Amino acid sequence: MSKYSVIGTRVHRVDGPEKVTGNAKYTFDLVLPGMLYGKILRSPHPHAKILKIDTRKAERLIGVKAVVTGKDTLGRKQGIWRRFSELCDEEILCREKVRYIGDAVAAVAAIDEDTAAEALDLIDVEYEPLPAVFDPLEAIKEEAPQIHDGVELNINITRHIEWGDVDEAFEKCDHIREDQYKLCSQAHVCMETHDAVASFDYGGKLTMWTSTQSSYYIQRLLADMTGLREGDIRVIKPHTGGGFGSKFELDSAQFCATILSMKLCKPVKIVLNREEEFTATKRRTPMYYFVKLGAKKDGTLLAKEVRAITEGGAYTAMGSTALYLTGFFSSFPYKYPNYRFDGYRAYTNTSPTSAMRGFGAPQSTFVSESQIDMMADDLGIDPIEIRRKNGMTPNYEVPGQAYIQSCGLHQCLDKIDAYIKERGKLPPNHGIGVSAYGFMSGGIFNWFDTPYAFSAAIVRINIDGKVDLFTGACEIGQGSDTTLSMICAEELGVKLEDIRIHAADTGICPVDLGAWGSRTTLMNGNAVKMAAADAKRQLLEFAAAKMGPNIVYDLDIKDQWIHLADRPERGISYFDIVKEAIRGKDGETIIGRGHYTPHRKGMISPAYSFGVQAAEVAVDPETGRYKLVNVTTAHESGTVINPVGIEGQLEGAIMMAGGYGYCEDQPMDEGKILNPSIADYKLIRSLDMPETEILEIDTYEPEGPFGAKEAGEGLTNPTAGAIGNAVYKAVGVRINDLPITPEKVLRALKEKQKKSK
Amino acid sequence: MKKGLKLKVNGQPYELYIKPKTLLVEVLRDHLALTGTKRGCDSSSCGACTVILNGMAVRSCSVLALQANGGEVLTVEGLAKRNELNSLQKAFLDYGAFQCGFCTSGMLMSATALLNENPKPTKEQIKEGIDGNICRCTGYNSIIRAVTAVVKGEYKEAK
Repeated sequence: MSKYSVIGTRVHRVDGPEKVTGNAKYTFDLVLPGMLYGKILRSPHPHAKILKIDTRKAERLIGVKAVVTGKDTLGRKQGIWRRFSELCDEEILCREKVRYIGDAVAAVAAIDEDTAAEALDLIDVEYEPLPAVFDPLEAIKEEAPQIHDGVELNINITRHIEWGDVDEAFEKCDHIREDQYKLCSQAHVCMETHDAVASFDYGGKLTMWTSTQSSYYIQRLLADMTGLREGDIRVIKPHTGGGFGSKFELDSAQFCATILSMKLCKPVKIVLNREEEFTATKRRTPMYYFVKLGAKKDGTLLAKEVRAITEGGAYTAMGSTALYLTGFFSSFPYKYPNYRFDGYRAYTNTSPTSAMRGFGAPQSTFVSESQIDMMADDLGIDPIEIRRKNGMTPNYEVPGQAYIQSCGLHQCLDKIDAYIKERGKLPPNHGIGVSAYGFMSGGIFNWFDTPYAFSAAIVRINIDGKVDLFTGACEIGQGSDTTLSMICAEELGVKLEDIRIHAADTGICPVDLGAWGSRTTLMNGNAVKMAAADAKRQLLEFAAAKMGPNIVYDLDIKDQWIHLADRPERGISYFDIVKEAIRGKDGETIIGRGHYTPHRKGMISPAYSFGVQAAEVAVDPETGRYKLVNVTTAHESGTVINPVGIEGQLEGAIMMAGGYGYCEDQPMDEGKILNPSIADYKLIRSLDMPETEILEIDTYEPEGPFGAKEAGEGLTNPTAGAIGNAVYKAVGVRINDLPITPEKVLRALKEKQKKSK
Repeated sequence: MKKGLKLKVNGQPYELYIKPKTLLVEVLRDHLALTGTKRGCDSSSCGACTVILNGMAVRSCSVLALQANGGEVLTVEGLAKRNELNSLQKAFLDYGAFQCGFCTSGMLMSATALLNENPKPTKEQIKEGIDGNICRCTGYNSIIRAVTAVVKGEYKEAK
């Protein structure tokens, strides 16, 4: 029997009944009395000077209440890397120059959306088009146009990571491979597009409802951009229709709605349409990778040298983090004794690239898992074996970078090995490819420069024993409201239905940095556990006084029963003690507080999860078309708090990561995205979805709440690599640029035929 | 020029006065405040706005409200009987067949239409039935399991 009553049980999501009845209200659904509707005018040019904006005709249109341009702002530049002013480079409403097709230049508020749209057509913007550059390899050339003043060669950020002696190590290698890869873009495609309702009142206070992954970041960034005090801004996150990395930066809907509302003292709602969502929000970073990998004959990897040049698009966004993480995770999940990464992020006149589920790691994992398979092939070693030989183990230190405590990589390799052997001989043109991966459980970065703890929670116990849990954590679909409620219930010894969670409202919840970097379960989970333990301690003081046990006994609560830990039958009702404790505290409710910031845990993350995935494909060699038959994953994420949630994360990640390997892309012509609609942007639908199987591995992470760690983004890392390796196993061709489309497979097959003739 | 529209939604008759270009989804969401039906693409490709019109699943972003004149519409709000969820809704809860929930209404309506037409669909038919609905969170398989559970009779409908 499990020692837990709530953790590890299959429960309904706490937001479930509202969601399956259509009753859950999203920002998209909100209507306030007197609310106006906003629309944003965007640049049709990839790079141009703004000479003049004439809004007079638009202002005269009946039903239009306000038109704003960059002149109505404080002219500040924002960015999420707040510690570094040179990386805060985005005005959102451009004043002098536009840098990509989609950059905002004006916004309108009107009595309805149709009128607002009509008004956009009446705004005259005079542009002077400038030479533009779209490819990062072109952007860093001397003759390329400069996109931001003072940024030479358009190099936005460089990152260097190194340990060991790479050059000397290559001398000792028996075999060295040098390969190049090209990684494509990917759109988040949240089902709810970016949207916001801003309501600025005559008292000078702003309330915003918005679809976001971090209500705190939006609050702080709006304060930076408007000059309002942080405390005068309340950001409320209603139910949110997906995020995947696209919704924790200040966006044009939030900022323009705010500027319009501040001008009018009326609520203004802006919802981006699907085309804007594709073209004027951020996206996954396309990258060029140049990799040198050296090994001994027996498969021991001695040295790796990586150079990555990434397409930044017009602004920094979260690009700095993505560049660092792609560099760090290029070494994962292996013990390279000697390693060097040099990354360059170039500004280009394309839509900005930023965070997307996996945060640079899906790119690096595709590269490294493809290359390690090629290395194994060269050396005549089994792909599982080479991974075993070099794979990370518990208590491993990535030199100078990170300390890994729990690690179940080898158990995962064993399970996948057994699975493949059991699958036996495959039909013709089928292949199984494997891919190993790891990911962090939240980042130890504070580029945002918050003075607050990374996560915090407050637990309040009411007279009837019901518990209010207040946390800044953001439920975006990943299940955090449920997982955190489960942690709270377990620690406090009550039932899940005793908990009511109030989350992501900066007016009433303590700060949390938000749902990104797979941080919520570990970081916010620790804060919630601490808050619940604090409340519980207060109850137990009263219980101990009442029960008067021998001092050698300590008390605990489980299933609403306060009892001697060693003699569970001797106890007292939780509900009775709650009543007495509140009376004893002169009528004050019981309030527990908790907070968490990782300390002394290296530079990257307090914990890492690991896994190995096997993808089976069936290729039609006549057409290059292939089917994803099955994706089986051995994954370890420490103690499983919410099993239904983890299964959902795993299967959902395969849809997204499979799409990254298989079909998703954003082709461009002169900076214009050519497929900005769901009809044209190919993603995996139910008929393309492979069978999925999950092989759970038990591990325990000492740093996590009840031993838990991440299970969100890491799962996005392996699939593209596994698909690439599977296609190779099936028909013997390698595709080094994503996505691996039938066209590329067919071309490679023809190439191969030609060579063999 | 506004036109009259008579419509039964979830059994409730309505009479409205609307612009001829008004979409069915706009009548449902903006006029009747039935916001359970979502809009994801406005081009009939994501399925978030799926409702059942005269027994057929339709994309309400691509149907003029006047085309539905005199018709009967079922939306997600019409699935639960008073305060009791129906079988599909219960199965979606049990099998974790949704995460962010934004596609869920449309997904439930496509599945409802499928089961009305074919109460015993195969797995492949279930996949086909929801192929027009995009879910960016779940990877579909949990949805397929939930529908399968209903097909297998794991749930009893409230009378």
